[in-house]
Amino acid sequence: MYEIVSKRELASKIKLFEVHAPEMAEKVKPGQFIIIIIDEKGERVPLTVAGRDASKGTIKFAFNEVGKTTKQLGCLKEGERIGNITGPLGNPSEIRNFGRVLCVAGGVMIAPMFFEAQALREAGNALTTVVGARIKDLLLFEKEMESLSDRFYVTTDDGSKGCKGLDFLKEILEKEKFDRCVAWGPVVMMKTVSDMTRPFAVRTIVTLTPIMVDGMGMCGVCRVTVGGKMKFGCVDGPEFDGHGVDFDELVNRQRMFLPEERLSSLLWETRGGCACGRK
Amino acid sequence: MAESKPKPKIKKEAESMPKQKPEVRRKNFDEVALGYSEEQAKAEASRCLQCPKPQCRTGCPVEIDIPGFVKLFKEGKYEEAARKIKEKNSLPAVCGRVCPQEEQCQKFCIMGKVGEPVSIGRLERYLADWEREKGTAKDVEKPSPTGKKVAVVGAGPAGLTVAADLAKLGHKVVIFEALHLPGGVLVYGIPEFRLPKKIVMAEADYVQNLGAELKLGYLVGRIYTIPELLKDRGFDAVFIGTGAGLPAFMKLPGENLSGIYSANEFLIRVNLMKAYAFPFYDTPISIGKHVVVIGGGNVAMDSARSALRLGAEEVCIVYRRSREEMPARKEEIENAEEEGILCKFLANPLRFIGDEKGWVKAMECVCMELGPPDESGRRRPVPISGSEFTMDVDTVILAVGRTSNPIIQSTTEGLAVTKWGTIVADENGKTSIEGVYAGGDIVTGEATVISAMGAGKKSARAIHEYLMRRK
Repeated sequence: MYEIVSKRELASKIKLFEVHAPEMAEKVKPGQFIIIIIDEKGERVPLTVAGRDASKGTIKFAFNEVGKTTKQLGCLKEGERIGNITGPLGNPSEIRNFGRVLCVAGGVMIAPMFFEAQALREAGNALTTVVGARIKDLLLFEKEMESLSDRFYVTTDDGSKGCKGLDFLKEILEKEKFDRCVAWGPVVMMKTVSDMTRPFAVRTIVTLTPIMVDGMGMCGVCRVTVGGKMKFGCVDGPEFDGHGVDFDELVNRQRMFLPEERLSSLLWETRGGCACGRK
Repeated sequence: MAESKPKPKIKKEAESMPKQKPEVRRKNFDEVALGYSEEQAKAEASRCLQCPKPQCRTGCPVEIDIPGFVKLFKEGKYEEAARKIKEKNSLPAVCGRVCPQEEQCQKFCIMGKVGEPVSIGRLERYLADWEREKGTAKDVEKPSPTGKKVAVVGAGPAGLTVAADLAKLGHKVVIFEALHLPGGVLVYGIPEFRLPKKIVMAEADYVQNLGAELKLGYLVGRIYTIPELLKDRGFDAVFIGTGAGLPAFMKLPGENLSGIYSANEFLIRVNLMKAYAFPFYDTPISIGKHVVVIGGGNVAMDSARSALRLGAEEVCIVYRRSREEMPARKEEIENAEEEGILCKFLANPLRFIGDEKGWVKAMECVCMELGPPDESGRRRPVPISGSEFTMDVDTVILAVGRTSNPIIQSTTEGLAVTKWGTIVADENGKTSIEGVYAGGDIVTGEATVISAMGAGKKSARAIHEYLMRRK
């Protein structure tokens, strides 16, 4: 059992948990993920780690309340416990002094990108950072990300804040020479960024979030095609070379259980969820 | 004048196992074999001749005193009989269900020469169930501590055996299990209808009652490496029993289409995560109308029978050799056929064809014929050119083997590994690193529960000797 030490609402339906997990707090590195299981009936859900505090013995992760499990998780209060957390899982990000790094983060993945960007900065890299969301109210960690960056950009899909969409990246890529790009976010965003950096030959690292069950190489549901080869997201990744990833296949595979996910979520809602939002 | 009673004639046939009827069981996940009644168990035990030189024992990988426990049972000493088994086997309720006894103890039973061998496995199951239901299993003597600490990696059959045997000797044992439940393949692989999970949990509880500590959600290699366990975490020895948990794929076009599962994924969802009870349990499974299972082993049988129970209209096993070469237990093939599973022998898939949404809709196969024997001794299947045909399918389960998980091997410097990725260990489990032992599928490749337990038993003995030799 893992106690929730603090809970913050970062934006509508996006929450940041800090959980007491001293052994993981010592070990986890940026780029790695954990698998949470809320209770004995729960499913196993992978979440990218968004920070750690070894002295307090805590780890942090953010999540978007999109399905039954994340909604249920969002209802848990400070002091309550999560049944099981397995981690750290997956390979840590490669962190060293690359030179100039372009960090592009979208949606809930901005939270773990902050953890990653801190490490990249500490390793001596100069950072150009882009944070994006669908609308301005869903932007996270703007100040924190800006504080780490030499250049900082905001983008929204609807243009409600900063640039509209990702087209402006082309100008940035034309103006500046980057040694590496790290793009974490929704699949469509990572695909777009990878397509844009390809002509500039900037090595682009994406983090994939395929469906997972065990998260340690046993089930193979997270298989993705990278450079024409079958890879497992959990043990070979979660980071891959964005220029080799078959994103279209990934999108299809992520939809495999959509009807079941909808049913599960609907049942949760009709049963009144956890009723935590009620007066 | 007293009439002398004629000596009762010993029945040549074994007591048959009561089972759920096929038409009923194909719709539920309850256990198929219901277990002997007390009368049946007594009747079966009475068939044991108590041979002066019992051959059955030579067939048991964990050295159970078979005539000894049968004798105690015949004398009505049920508790002592159950204890006699547990002297050697910490998981009797599991072994009584899933061991291939026909290849082991029962193969050597003298009764087999004149009729059917004594059903040793069913008697083992009867006693283990009796003990669990009576609740006598909890009374265990605590030995005096030796002050030595052993890390056991993996709470599967091998790991639980090592942990139990070493805890009984007074060593401090910590089991690191990567999943959120103990049991390894017993909990993620073997279906509920062959091995109810509450039985696995009870046997894992027993190992903890012996004094072993169980840590769940610890993937060794990521949270701690083997060298860290030895150098920084104060362990004197490590046993690696991480099994053969990686699914093999066929490298065929279309293998990543939706609706195609590895047997491991399918069984993990259904068994470990209880997807058959979705949406009451959160993990989903999607099952189509026309399911094919590729492969001919026990995992293929388990997958096919699970798919049927999940509501598939038709489940067909596609196997590249013929029935005679099928590696699955005969009993399981019969069970599957009774339930209505179809088999297509001498066929192999060539590619999978998807619809516009990336979901599998058909499978192209080729017919095979058997050529001369290959290195495994079985006749090699050879494709017949021009025999290609297409099957309409909407769910495919690939049960074509499992390989070892590489996480430990890749994070442990100096650990000798074979070209197949298994760990090199001698017959006592000793690896290339001092104080590090390994056993079960991680050493042999995919094999049986009982052979892993046998390896665990030998490793436990070797680890004990190593610890006591070392000051």
